[in-house]
Order: sequence, then C-alpha cells, then structure tokens
Amino acid sequence: MKESIKKPVLAVGPFHPLQEEMEFFQLTVDGEIVTDIDVRISYNHRGIEKISETLQFDQVPYLVSRICGICSASHPLAYVQAVEEIAGITPPERALYVRTIINELERIHSHMLWVGLAGHFIGYDTVFMWAWKYREPVLDLLEEITGNRNNYGNVKIGGCREDVPNEIIGKMLKELDALEKKTDMLTKAVLDDPVLHARLKGVGILSYEDAVKYAVTGPTARGSGVAIDVRRDDPYAAYADLDWNVITQPEGDVFAKAVVRLLEVFESIKIIRQAAKKLPDGPIAVEVKEIPAGEAVGHTEAPRGETFHYVRSDGGNRPVRHKVRAPSFVNVPSFKASCIGEEIPDVTITLAAVDPCYSCTERLAVIDENNKIVHDYETLLKLSREKTAKMKKEML
Amino acid sequence: MNQEELKNKISEIKDKLESIEQPLENRMYLTCKAENNYDISKFLFEDVKARFVTVTGIDAEHCFEVLYHFSYDQTSCVITVKAIISDRENPSIESITSILPAAEWIEREIHDVLGIDFKNHPNMRRLILSDDWPEGVYPLRKEIKK
Repeated sequence: MKESIKKPVLAVGPFHPLQEEMEFFQLTVDGEIVTDIDVRISYNHRGIEKISETLQFDQVPYLVSRICGICSASHPLAYVQAVEEIAGITPPERALYVRTIINELERIHSHMLWVGLAGHFIGYDTVFMWAWKYREPVLDLLEEITGNRNNYGNVKIGGCREDVPNEIIGKMLKELDALEKKTDMLTKAVLDDPVLHARLKGVGILSYEDAVKYAVTGPTARGSGVAIDVRRDDPYAAYADLDWNVITQPEGDVFAKAVVRLLEVFESIKIIRQAAKKLPDGPIAVEVKEIPAGEAVGHTEAPRGETFHYVRSDGGNRPVRHKVRAPSFVNVPSFKASCIGEEIPDVTITLAAVDPCYSCTERLAVIDENNKIVHDYETLLKLSREKTAKMKKEML
Repeated sequence: MNQEELKNKISEIKDKLESIEQPLENRMYLTCKAENNYDISKFLFEDVKARFVTVTGIDAEHCFEVLYHFSYDQTSCVITVKAIISDRENPSIESITSILPAAEWIEREIHDVLGIDFKNHPNMRRLILSDDWPEGVYPLRKEIKK
C-alpha cells in the first residue's frame, strides 16, 4: 500500500452536543482498534491571556472566572493567590475559609456532573438522572451565597466579595447530609455493579509512568496512583487546618478515575463540614492599594486537576504577563497513551474519563477507505451502549 | 528530600545558571541562558524528580524569556527555570519534548503566539492559531496592539 493512501480516520469533533467547548479528535483506526490519535484544539480560543494584559488587576478575576463555567472558582483563586504573593497580602482568616467552602462546593458539583455524563455515555441514563438531580441543591447553595450558580466571581485580591452568612450554614449542612446519603447509595451501586466492572475495568489504562511523563494532574493522575494534590502539597486557603485524605487508585483505568471522583465527593463534604464548624468571625477582605513590580505563581486544585497561573507586574495597574494553564491542557494529550490499542466503543468513555473540559461531537463520523460514512455520533454512542447491554446479557 | 537537600541538589548545576533567586521559602527562580535550559530541565525532571507544570513565554521587549515551571511537591516548592533568549531576530531554544512529552503542546503554543522556534520539536504544527492566520504575525508580542 502506498504511503499516500490514507488510513481510515474516525473524526470526533469539533462539536459535541453533550459537553461544553470544542475539541477535535482524529482517531486512526484499523478495524475496531484505534492505532493513533491526533487532537486539535483552540476552536474556542478567546485570547484571555492577551485580554488580561489590558485589564486592571482587580478586573482580571472576573475575566478568568469565565475561562470555564465549571472551574469558575479555581481560576480566579489561582490568579488572586499569585497577585497576593507579589504584593505580600494576607487575606483575613474568614476569607480563607469562605474560599475553601466555595471551592469544595464547586468540586462536588463538577464531579457529580462528570458521573452523570459518564453514565450517559455508556447507556446508564439512570445514573445521569440521579447524579444531576443530586447536583442541583449544590448549585442552589452557590447561588444563595454568591448570587450565581456558576461564574461566582466571589474571590478578589485581598479576600472575598460575598460572605458565607452564618444563617445559611445550617441549611448547607443539611443539604450535605442528604447529598452524602445519596452519593453513598450511588457509589455502592457503581462499585457493586458487575456490568460496570466489566465495562470500565481495564479500559483506557494510563500507567503510572505515562501519568508522570505526560505530567497529568487531578483525578486523572490520582487514578493512576500518582498521589498529587495541590491542596495538600502546597496548601492554600484553609486546607492546612482541615483533616481530609487524598484519594488514589493504582489501576489507571476508567473505573479507577470514576472511583477517585466519587470518593472525593465524600472528602469534599468532610472539608466543608469542618470549615463550616471552624469558620472564624471577622472581615472577609482587606484593603488593597498598589501592586508592586514582581512576579509570582499561584496554583489551586480544580476539580480536574492543578490550575496554574503566572503573573508578572511592572508596578503599574495591569499585569504585563498573565499565563494560565488549565488542567485539561496536560490531561488531554495523555490520550496518546491511554486510547491507542482500544476499541472504538471504549474510546468514547476513555476520552470522557479525564473529564476534559470536553466538547464537541455532533459531527462525528467514521469514514471508510472510500470516504463513505459508516458511523456517525449516534451510531457510535449506540455501539458503546450495545457493548454494555451485551455484557449485561452475558452475565445474566 | 527536604527543602535544604533540594537546594543542595540544585546547586549541583550551579555552573549552568546565571542566578538563583528565592523570594519565598517555597518559590525558586533559576535564571539561565537559553542554550543551558535543556540540561537544566532534564536534571530537574530526571534527577530531582520534579513534576513538569507548564511553560510561560514572555516578550520582555529587549529579549524573550521562556519560563519552565516545575513543582517539587514534597516541599511545596515551585521551581521556575527562566531561560533568556537575547536574539530577538531569530529566537530559538532547544525543545524538551523528547524527554517530557507533556511539553509538546505548550511549546507549540509558544511557537504560535511568540514565534519562538523550538529546535528538534517532533511536531511543530500550529496548535492554537487557526490555519488562515497570517505567517509571521505573533499575537503575544508587545508590538501587536491590544
């Protein structure tokens, strides 16, 4: 066969009807097996880093909270911590606790969102309905505290914009008790389900060595046994005062990542309970005057992994450089290690397993050598679901 | 390694560095010439076992700075290698993708937005600029108006 004859390529993207943002995966396939993967991104490039150089220091948090609708607490916090490091600002104690509570509520709703979508991908729509229903009260709490279900814009240089009012704490703890019970039921259902074991175990394995080489972060790393978590490794907000665990699983497959996320929901609930109990009285912000010249890095543990910001100031009122690295930027390229050798029905869930701020697949088509479309998005989702159904049947 | 041992370990490559700054106990900035960056990054990843985070490219008007950020999680230390490229006409630096596949995307991104050439990069295609963006226009350079 001549080099010029192209191998069949399965195009996933650039638009996906289920998850936000756009990415384009081109999977080279040999029959049902994926032999290579190429990722194209930046269909949604908004030039945030350049815009940031035109804004004043105190305006930037509102810009970076719009990088991602789900991680809209982690990005501004990473930025604000970098600026506070340049200016030597220490926010008041209460602000640190409020930041902790908001960030953990964000983690809970993000992980529940993923669990629901993962269920949907493999044809477990009940999981989807449950998980998203349990997520709602968390969003309502965030709305009650900050005014918004997403894009809270609650962190500012020197502290927080809105306080967690003492009156809301009782309600918050009650909601978390209810959520804990439901998540416990959901987790047990997932861990006990033989079909899910068969469907997700051994699928899309990212080995420990590859996880280190691709420098992945968050549940993607922890699901491969790499015990890193910025909250523990470089404590910020109030995490150093609280008692919680870093969840890891050694297997590196999709199942391990699901388990990590589910168990992390319990840790988040634990963190919020302690933070609510210890919440000190006092102001939630200090006055900030000028930001001196200097440079600093700030990083936080977003639901998907480490969010990293670098800020440089020349002593003016705007940053001269502001670099943002979201966790998906390192997690997504690890597909090169986890998808190759997998079957097409398993790739849908492997691509979803890193919880990429993912996007995109109305225009998903498998094309054979004659350029004829053999699968589109619908039939691929069907393939994935049929495989689950077949396994289920065989087990009964 | 504790923080003291980490500092001693890093001083092993002192002769490749121009300066070591430590504004906070757990933040280190190692400044070097562009040609030494490959060896330093390799040392940090393979010998120190630091975790690669990302790279920041900066147009510092008189030169380009390429900042390789690593995190040494045992001591909460973020180590930044600041490689200075003084040739503004043909800025280039050795790619570290061969030792660290995690750097592939960010080096492509910096090539897109600042026009810095990463030598021996395996796949120097555009990452974030669209295919019809004009050649030789680099949006993060300071001469591009905001």
